[in-house]
Amino acid sequence: MSSSTIAQTDSSLRPAKRRIGDTVFGGLSTLSGVSILVILAAVAIFLLAQALPALTTAPDVLAEQGYGEFWGWVLPFAFGTVWAAFLALLIAVPVSIGIALFISHYAPRRLAQSLGYLIDLLAAVPSVVYGLWGIFQLAPALQPAHLWLSKYLGWFPLFSGNPSGTGRTIFTTAFVLAVMILPIITSLCREVFLQTPRLHEEAALALGSTRWEMIRMAVFPFARAGIVSAIMLGLGRALGETMAVAMVLSGAGVIHFKVLTQQNPNSIAANIALNFPEAFGLRVNQLIASGLVLFIITLAVNILARWIVSRRAQYSGAN
Amino acid sequence: MNIKKIGAPFAILMAAALSMSACAANEGTPADNATTQSSGSADAGSNLSGTLAGQGASSMSVAQQTWIAEFQKKNSGVTINYSPDGSGAGRKAFQGGGVQFAGSDRAFKDEEMKAGSFGKCTAESNALNLPVYISPIAVIYKVDGVDELKLDPDTLAGIFAGKITKWNDPKIAATNEGVTLPDATITAVHRSDDSGTTENFTDYLSQAAPSVWTEKANGEWPSAFGGEAAKGTAGVVDAVTQGKNTIGYADASQAGDLGVAKVKVGEEFLGPDADKAAKLVEASPKVEGRKDHDWALKLDRKAQGAYPIALVAYALVCEDYKDDKDAELVKAYVGYMVSDEGQKVAHEKVGSAPLSADMQAKMKAAVDSIK
Repeated sequence: MSSSTIAQTDSSLRPAKRRIGDTVFGGLSTLSGVSILVILAAVAIFLLAQALPALTTAPDVLAEQGYGEFWGWVLPFAFGTVWAAFLALLIAVPVSIGIALFISHYAPRRLAQSLGYLIDLLAAVPSVVYGLWGIFQLAPALQPAHLWLSKYLGWFPLFSGNPSGTGRTIFTTAFVLAVMILPIITSLCREVFLQTPRLHEEAALALGSTRWEMIRMAVFPFARAGIVSAIMLGLGRALGETMAVAMVLSGAGVIHFKVLTQQNPNSIAANIALNFPEAFGLRVNQLIASGLVLFIITLAVNILARWIVSRRAQYSGAN
Repeated sequence: MNIKKIGAPFAILMAAALSMSACAANEGTPADNATTQSSGSADAGSNLSGTLAGQGASSMSVAQQTWIAEFQKKNSGVTINYSPDGSGAGRKAFQGGGVQFAGSDRAFKDEEMKAGSFGKCTAESNALNLPVYISPIAVIYKVDGVDELKLDPDTLAGIFAGKITKWNDPKIAATNEGVTLPDATITAVHRSDDSGTTENFTDYLSQAAPSVWTEKANGEWPSAFGGEAAKGTAGVVDAVTQGKNTIGYADASQAGDLGVAKVKVGEEFLGPDADKAAKLVEASPKVEGRKDHDWALKLDRKAQGAYPIALVAYALVCEDYKDDKDAELVKAYVGYMVSDEGQKVAHEKVGSAPLSADMQAKMKAAVDSIK
């Protein structure tokens, strides 16, 4: 930014007169950049300070005044958070990539455009609305599927156990979450697919490949890093989703992989939302400490995404 | 040129401002989210004036709003705030002296009852626990073809503990002669959030069916007993309504068109009627060792003729206020709550069970004793 060291002897190298607009804009963008760091730090400090009493109190005191020993208490919720998000990704990723490919490479241009808008619109639906949809529409609709899966595929560990009578399971929740993260993954993937160099695609076609082969040979390798970061962004949203999970999921503090049963591992965010209104004293600290755990999980996911993207930077369209 | 020089202090300033406001945000005072009712015209009613702050149980938040509105109509000079932040928060605020009265789903325990440990009370004064709000909790169910359901405590506990899993279980059939019970799996729905409703329901089960319900009373559902969870009273009612062969528990006023089970008390089966629930409070003994005007109750869930599953919420006040003005306002307002009229408006508005005439008289005497 500073250029005062440049030799003043050559008049053509003399720096241009500083304009006020430059100063203002430079200041503003610095400020914005710094404020992000400050906000993040403030959140982290707040979480740490509020969580500390729960982390430092003896387990037997916590058992009496809080929700019980901290790590044993938070583990099922941490598991539930990751498990629900993972299931949601399992459903959302193939569909998102399919939609993105359809929009970028298959659909007629006019259709592609309006379809793109529609998908983006999904991202604007508030999560309470998704929650209501989950409770009133999806859960009753999927309940027969629960019975069917448990009857015919009950031997498979995922589908074992007594099926839920209301359909408010992690199975249904994963579908709700999948629809919620679909737009993020889709629109990012679409943008990345569109960036594939035209020459690569044409070269593949010229070698006699079909459209699908062209996508496999030219589009996917080019877009890999972009897809990964899109998935990670989607995962971030799924991990932190509160309202929809709190409303739809019949949650408890349990750890198991069965997706159709009445008791499902609850997520950290939903658990905080459910218990905060009646919490006081150490319980508040304990809930906030679980928020800190969620913060760390999310941070770890983001760092992982960064690392994956940077490892594959040479293919990325972003460079 | 020297944006760095200008920018750095500016950024620090910004940082300081942000972190300060971040700190402040979590120290919200009770007044922040209070349900404030502004006072009306000054010419009506009494010559009382001033501001009264209360905090506590969300279970009686609507009842409090109703009482505040009615009370302020009569006493236009008085402003009352009640912030429904939860019982625990209310008790803490009352101990800390932040509020003149608290609403709570339970009375102060013996170890909490120490003169001098309540901020607004004089050093010699203890707190008074006054039951002011009774909300019957109904056992709601939806089973096709079953219009009437009678359950004894052991069966009810067995259903919610996941030990009785079929509607045509012999234990259910035993108390429901002549009813065709389907061969269907029971879906028992409980609250997923921490609530006074769950605490009272589990308290009932642990008192009335200790051999089946082996857990203590608790606001959070014990995960050992399983079942479906749904958020809030509305969530439970929705889940029971939409599911099939479901059973749950919710405030009786929210039961709607769902079937309401009758519960066995002694030799008879009782439904969640207001007068039967009021009897629970009347029939329950006081916690031992409390003073005459302290009505902390040891709810007797097996009392004859009383519907046993009800939430009883207390108003927590001082025996003797430091500020006589506080005492005057609390006497007037809490006095209104426990009056016949106060109990009736709450009943009409939220379906709570009015205190019996006898209890009302006892409460009035207690309120009159406040100094």
